[in-house]
Amino acid sequence: MITLNHYLILSGVLFAIGLTGVVRRKNLLMLFFATEIMLNAANIAFAAISSYYHDLSGQMFAFFIVAVAASEVAVGLGLLILLYKKYGTLDLDAFTVMKG
Amino acid sequence: MVTFAFYLFSVLITGLFLVTVLSRNVLYAMTSLAAGMVLISGLFFILGADFLGAVQLIVYVGAVMALYAFGMMFFDVTHAVREHHERGWIVFLLGGGIALVLVVMFAAPVAGGSVAALYPPAEGASNPQAVGLVLFTKYLLPFEVAAVMLLVAMIAGIILAGKKMEQSLSSIDDTLLNETKEAA
Repeated sequence: MITLNHYLILSGVLFAIGLTGVVRRKNLLMLFFATEIMLNAANIAFAAISSYYHDLSGQMFAFFIVAVAASEVAVGLGLLILLYKKYGTLDLDAFTVMKG
Repeated sequence: MVTFAFYLFSVLITGLFLVTVLSRNVLYAMTSLAAGMVLISGLFFILGADFLGAVQLIVYVGAVMALYAFGMMFFDVTHAVREHHERGWIVFLLGGGIALVLVVMFAAPVAGGSVAALYPPAEGASNPQAVGLVLFTKYLLPFEVAAVMLLVAMIAGIILAGKKMEQSLSSIDDTLLNETKEAA
């Protein structure tokens, strides 16, 4: 029998994968992918809690997370295109302007 | 049956997302991310959140991944960014540690049993109906705010991506490009 804890553990594992990607990646596009993974992990937890507690609030928050993710992608890709036009690369190390 | 589906989906999702995070190739990463999102919608269907599963398919797999695919056309992805990593193990340690702290934080109210259902699904209503009933009564204001946020994001996307669109490098005449090269 699958309990709520199964879903929460899965969500935690996926969140850890996404967080590792955010910290590890140097390619900005890949970094965006990792943030999507983290948002999806949170969505799984929300949907699972909503289902096991018979409460729709969790699903509502999941919908708003989807909306936030969509706007994040729109604005983020615009910024990414600007950065690429300016520097000609997506390497995070290339954008380092503070030397210390 | 549900148990089998859950384990199948979770193993596949974890594997696909690991490919996304660890792969060197942007195309592989994007494809596996899209596949993982399709499988996540399967998890939503198992949980009885039908409408959320459909939204996940339409918005994430349909819109977000298509946007990434279009965005990739602006970038030269044929030569991968050479990522050099220092102290790789500390990254995994940090990622796992922070995720563990967050999970404990969010699981504590659940474990403490202090979670009370505020908006139970309406009796006899299917999932989309119940979602609509709650969304357009209790969550109407956040819904409108989200709509405004999407509008702002759309305008921001158009303005940011459309900046200097008339100076596209691919539309410059070849002879002009060669002249500037020789002059330089």
